[in-house]
Amino acid sequence: MLGRTANGLYWMFRYIERAENIARLVDAGLRVSLTRAGSSDEDWDGVLQSAGVRDAYASVHDTMTAANAIDYLLRDTSNPSSVMSCIESGRNNARMVRTALTRETWEATNECWIELKQLLSRKVKAADLPEVIDVIKRRAGLIRGAFHGSMLRNDLYNFSRIGTFIERADNTSRILDVKYYVLLPAVSQVGSSLDNFQWESILRSVSAHRSYGWVYDGEYKPSSIADFLILNVRMPRSLAYCYEKIVSNLHYLEEEYGERHKAHDTAATIKAMLKRGSISDVMDQGLHEFLEDFINRNNQLSAEISEGYRFYR
Amino acid sequence: MLTADNSPRPPYQTYQEWYASQDPAHLIQKSRDAENIFRKTGITFAVYGHADSSEKLIPFDIIPRIIAAREWRRLAQGIEQRVLALNAFLDDIYHKQEIIRAGRIPRELIEKNVAFLPEMIGFKPPGGVYTHIVGTDIVRTGEDQFYVLEDNARTPSGVSYMLENRETMMQMFPELFSQNKVQRVEDYPYLLRQSLASLAPPGCKGRPRVAVLTPGIYNSAYYEHSFLADTMGVELVEGSDLRVIDGKVKMRTTRGYEAIDVLYRRVDDDYLDPLTFRPDSALGIPGIMDVYRSGNITIANAPGTGICDDKAIYSYMPEIVEFYTGRKALLENVPTWRCSEAASLKYVLEHLEELVVKEVHGSGGYGMLVGPTASKKERADFAEKLKARPSNYIAQPTLSLSTVPILVNKGIAPRHVDLRPYVLVSDKVKIIPGGLTRVALKQGSLVVNSSQGGGTKDTWVLED
Repeated sequence: MLGRTANGLYWMFRYIERAENIARLVDAGLRVSLTRAGSSDEDWDGVLQSAGVRDAYASVHDTMTAANAIDYLLRDTSNPSSVMSCIESGRNNARMVRTALTRETWEATNECWIELKQLLSRKVKAADLPEVIDVIKRRAGLIRGAFHGSMLRNDLYNFSRIGTFIERADNTSRILDVKYYVLLPAVSQVGSSLDNFQWESILRSVSAHRSYGWVYDGEYKPSSIADFLILNVRMPRSLAYCYEKIVSNLHYLEEEYGERHKAHDTAATIKAMLKRGSISDVMDQGLHEFLEDFINRNNQLSAEISEGYRFYR
Repeated sequence: MLTADNSPRPPYQTYQEWYASQDPAHLIQKSRDAENIFRKTGITFAVYGHADSSEKLIPFDIIPRIIAAREWRRLAQGIEQRVLALNAFLDDIYHKQEIIRAGRIPRELIEKNVAFLPEMIGFKPPGGVYTHIVGTDIVRTGEDQFYVLEDNARTPSGVSYMLENRETMMQMFPELFSQNKVQRVEDYPYLLRQSLASLAPPGCKGRPRVAVLTPGIYNSAYYEHSFLADTMGVELVEGSDLRVIDGKVKMRTTRGYEAIDVLYRRVDDDYLDPLTFRPDSALGIPGIMDVYRSGNITIANAPGTGICDDKAIYSYMPEIVEFYTGRKALLENVPTWRCSEAASLKYVLEHLEELVVKEVHGSGGYGMLVGPTASKKERADFAEKLKARPSNYIAQPTLSLSTVPILVNKGIAPRHVDLRPYVLVSDKVKIIPGGLTRVALKQGSLVVNSSQGGGTKDTWVLED
């Protein structure tokens, strides 16, 4: 398979994952503004920060309003991480690697693009937001379903999966990093309604507010929330889960190609670190420092994969 | 579809009975279904210069164009003769140039032609084949009167539409294919791969590796490039994937560089090799022409075949066919005035309102004047361009093109069509029965190009 094809698949799935995560962030932000008394437009500042586009937003808009923030996140094509931009880039990559995709996967991607282009062609009315967010998540789910149901389990599959999990690990760690201060034991006042709402909004951004309750007996505790999103291998958006998957997909590639790269060692090291560590170690190191370091190593792995499998050269 | 007395022409008989039994509203619905299939599958093309609508659907008409086996045989013979003549012509102009020495074609028309590549002089492509894939454009003006409009020996496009049109028709109207015995077109990708592989270069040991070269996803025919690679089961490569290593053209894979033996390129000559042709080309492969000349890759179609698409060369096709086959051309050329000749230019300028004037290197219906439908001002403007660069133009009479029925809201209506059959050349000539029928959707219009609002329909050649 061509290096460019591996690259196209990798990025196609990174962009689709990102589109879905941005939609989740908007959903969580919306939820906050609906349920919390005294919420203000300023709350969207944190959402934009989690999406990594706060500065870019500020260069386009002078004031922070909910409507502008939502529009910027969902449909502004000058924002490369808006849902529309991600879907556009995801589909462009899919077109480029079209011969590598099953017809079902391609059609699900193309139909996602067709529907969202239509849906996001003008500003979304507040009343239609929940429905629009739902469509984004559903369409992304259909792509995933078609992909899982029809693609051969070969190198194509593994590159696609690696793209998904590198992106997801990046997104989850950014969400945590923006809110790390509310998870620090020193400043949080256990049981205060302000903290409860902050924590719930973190969990909601990764669609984990229900599952958290099941796993940790319904008790909101900052260290448990951090544990869930960082170290819990059963949580499909946790860093540990993402690295379980990345390592196993890289392993399949190693078996198929009979060739091991630097990326294999890097991924194994990160996985071992996540497996061995306890949440108190993480907190001792400093949550923010831990996450910053993780994001860098995740990026480094991405670069090593593109080099090892000749994505560009 | 109808004869003069309003009865269906013989090949349409069975279809006509079926059509009469259908509910018109249902057919309109089917027509929309077809559009959705095309949209969903992403069967689109790009129109250059339309920023907003970068991907468009080609309108598809659900009424097939039907050709009888007897009619087809005549056409096929004429096409085969023409394609063989084209290959002989190319071989000749890049070697002994006997046709020039015999005084049948002026030397400057060949040697001063921008599509003539001196780099090809004295080189014989693998198997002696220049035009691996040809798409001859044909129009009909009467029961037994066919004309060739263009030869399209460089890179004929549209074959994916031929195949998708058939696929869509079989999905929507399976019963029609049990009532009518329609000759198969579905084998095209298989035949194409076979044909390409059979012309592997002398340097190829073992099973030839074939690839399709595309300029990329922003090219107007990108869908077709990916479709052909996919249906042939070969890699779709871009220039940036390829590099010349150890005298071979190799593609960058996730496991390292692997050699390619046959390259079906959908990139123009100019862009193929920045070391030989345009140095600013980012689409090509530096050094591929050296690999080609040393017999380590086959390029299809061969560089330098584009000269056959020149409309001034076209005007000599009757001479060319006769010179190389020793027989009169079975298919006629449209009478053509070469504006480079003073007497012709005078005639053309005096008769602009009845002529179609085309650029000699033009394609896609761009830059032409359709005299009868143009405004007075358009004609006057065009006359100026003509006088400024006469050798850049040829002129032809407007033909009374045949019409076939299309489905409109009120039932069916006649529209003008042309036909592009696809021809594969290896050690034999294989013509796919049918081809792409392009139809002018506007009433009375003669322009069928998809870039100018034309549509397509499925084309049936019936079995005997």
